[in-house]
Amino acid sequence: MIGPGSGSLTAAVAYHLARRAHWRGLEIAFWAITLLTIFLLPGKHLILTEIAILGLFALSLDLLIGYAGVLSLGHAAYFGFGAYAAGLFAKHGIIGEPFFALLAAGLATAALGFATSFLVLRGSDLTRLMVTLGVSLVLREIANRYDGLTGGADGLQGITVAPLFGRFAFDISGHVAYVYSLAVLFILFLVARRIIYSPFGLSLRAVKGNPLRAAAIGIGVNWRLVWIYTIAAAYAGIAGALLTQTAQFCSLDVLSFDRSADLLVVLILGGTGYLYGGLIGAILFKLAQDWIAGITPQYWQFWIGLTLVVIVLVGSERMAGLLGPIRKLVQKA
Amino acid sequence: MPFALETVGATVHFGGIYAVNEVSLRVEKGARHALIGPNGAGKTTLINLLTGVLQPSAGKILLEGNDITGLAPHRRVGLGLTRTFQINQLFGDLTPLETIGLAVSERMGSGGDWWRVAGSRPSVDKQIVEILERFHLADVMLERTATLPYGKQRLLEIAVAIACRPQVLLLDEPAAGVPEDERHEILASVAALPKDVTVLFIEHDMDLVFSFADRISVMVNGALFTEGTPDEVANDARVKAVYLGEDVVDE
Amino acid sequence: MLTILFDGVAYGMLLFVLACGLSVTLGLMNFINLAHGTFAMAGGYVAVVVVNRLGVPFFAALPLAFVIPAVLGVILERTIYRPVYARSHLDQVLFTIGLVFMSVAAVDYVAGSQQVFIQLPRALEGQFNVFGVGIGKYRLLIIVICGLIGVALQYALVHTRFGSRLRAAVDDPRAARGLGINVNVVFAITFAVGSGLAGLGGALGAEILGLDPQFPLKFMIYFLIVVAVGGTSSVTGPFLASLLLGISDVAGKYYVPKLGAFVIYTIMIVVLLWRPQGLFSRGSTR
Repeated sequence: MIGPGSGSLTAAVAYHLARRAHWRGLEIAFWAITLLTIFLLPGKHLILTEIAILGLFALSLDLLIGYAGVLSLGHAAYFGFGAYAAGLFAKHGIIGEPFFALLAAGLATAALGFATSFLVLRGSDLTRLMVTLGVSLVLREIANRYDGLTGGADGLQGITVAPLFGRFAFDISGHVAYVYSLAVLFILFLVARRIIYSPFGLSLRAVKGNPLRAAAIGIGVNWRLVWIYTIAAAYAGIAGALLTQTAQFCSLDVLSFDRSADLLVVLILGGTGYLYGGLIGAILFKLAQDWIAGITPQYWQFWIGLTLVVIVLVGSERMAGLLGPIRKLVQKA
Repeated sequence: MPFALETVGATVHFGGIYAVNEVSLRVEKGARHALIGPNGAGKTTLINLLTGVLQPSAGKILLEGNDITGLAPHRRVGLGLTRTFQINQLFGDLTPLETIGLAVSERMGSGGDWWRVAGSRPSVDKQIVEILERFHLADVMLERTATLPYGKQRLLEIAVAIACRPQVLLLDEPAAGVPEDERHEILASVAALPKDVTVLFIEHDMDLVFSFADRISVMVNGALFTEGTPDEVANDARVKAVYLGEDVVDE
Repeated sequence: MLTILFDGVAYGMLLFVLACGLSVTLGLMNFINLAHGTFAMAGGYVAVVVVNRLGVPFFAALPLAFVIPAVLGVILERTIYRPVYARSHLDQVLFTIGLVFMSVAAVDYVAGSQQVFIQLPRALEGQFNVFGVGIGKYRLLIIVICGLIGVALQYALVHTRFGSRLRAAVDDPRAARGLGINVNVVFAITFAVGSGLAGLGGALGAEILGLDPQFPLKFMIYFLIVVAVGGTSSVTGPFLASLLLGISDVAGKYYVPKLGAFVIYTIMIVVLLWRPQGLFSRGSTR
């Protein structure tokens, strides 16, 4: 409790502000278990890689939707751009070493994100949905038309990815791919976590909650949104590049609307606004997908649709209620 | 010496209606300047004009003699002009601690800092504490703003504006909607503002106006009707007529 | 070139009939219904089944293509749409995307994934030749029907009691309720009519736009563009927007085939940047 007198109040203020950023027990447990999967689940590394990539992609959208309050229906644009960038770097030998290619793809996607960020600054939710959807459709059209470059509907063929750091060749069982993806995810997660608990991150929550008030305390709303949009785009681009590098293939579906829609399902499963939602949602999503694909492979879309409808009708507060205890533990512990 | 805040012929019109009509208002430095008038007189519109939420159709806005007419709202805050809203505009999901902390760190220029953990600078913490204590918010500082009682929210609304260390503070009906027994806290915090801070406030509560203001401007139908010291305005028959709707008696 | 203009107008009119229901839904209940295309698809498939399988004449099939989606719309609106009105835009988007996915998969399952065609009556095949300009008979029919619908909607909106109730409810639902207008009923009727029109548009458009289970997803962006550019506060706004988009799309694809599809997206982005509330609407952004 807060005692009388400024001295202890100052201490309390400092304590409570700093405490926001403390690592909770559950967080440490989460990452410890994740680290263990490298050793304890060697047979599952292929699907775990997919989960890690999807988790990173979902994390990037959570930064937009959960923290900045920007609704996007076209986040796949950045995922796909990064994927194609990495594919082209590898195929034409522009950047041989995968990690540098990853960084380059991320930077390129960040540039694209920066350039398109001004599109979401103005307008209502509907406008934002439309404009972001429009951008992803435009990108998909471009990839479709310029098939000399992208391979069109057949996809980018003949990608061979060189060994990581010149030493670790990507193997068929996906061990190197998994450790690589997991490491990238973890590092980017740490950076995102840092951002969230910084004054900048706090200002984003303010912008999301009440942009009028945010401006009234001196926050330059537009520039904040530009920066978070750029970062979210970069993260998505890196996730896409990871996909191309680990799968050694890239096709038009990385830019499809289905990708953006799947991502929304992931976030609704895991919850937005607390960073782990994308990761937990990715795990649930992939496991469900695996299970359902075993039963009815071609009608996966129907079950996704039904899940969305049911979750919304049941109420995402109640859904969050299922995950609520977990979420509270992560946030308060 | 320039006025703390000045408008020159400020006008706002949409579609034939003059919400603000050629208003030339001058606020002295350190003043406690009240802006009163019947509902719909354009007072809040004038505040929106001063803060940049609205752009004038004509006229200029000057802060300490500098033309700020074209500046975006958040830039004006940086120059020392802050406001409160008539209806609380707060961050429902943030706690008072986070809200004040945000305002202070923005003012100290670390709003763009994405690396450091918020609250790890002692200078920031001390200022947060000072504001929390002054506005009696320390006991609720960890609760979500949306769950606070209205009086506390109102205090937070004013505290946030003060946390930005303004040179000029615009208060839009600070006591509005606050229950009778909580008004004194609001009044006290407004009365305790530093003397060098200029305050322009809109109020309907005449007790507050006459006990606090050293100058009063009256707005009617978007225009400045009259202006003067509290005594002058209190004894002006035309002002009474405007408020009570009586015919003005020609002497 | 006049043929292109003509084709563009036909395409635009078709878009208008398809999209006007979405415009009113958004303007009236502030509800983003991405599943609007599902009703269009329903109407199209109804027409296909009825004409191809049951031998019903084309012109008799059109009213059915209106009625069945309208009924479907009312049923869905009363049951599962209602609870979602008050939810956030994100929830509405997720909900209606879910419906689209379900409907697309269901139709794929029942009817297969290939494109379907309606057997048009002989009388509608071919063109008239008017002063050297080729006027497709089918497209002419579309222009006539959609034009009449547009006029009828505008008349209903401006000159009937229901229309003024609708306009009041769009302007301010709470005030309208205060005046005794049953906003829920107004909305149910409007939703039904909008869905029915979408269905009619789907049936009419099967020949021109191509009908397959992916229809709601393929054309979702077009409906949204019409609404975003045309605004939600009138009939004329989406009408003009549809014409603009129809003509630009057809002309773009003809003159600049490689980049034709981009014309429509670029217009959308430019318009939304310049006037986020739409080119033709009066109101503020919602």
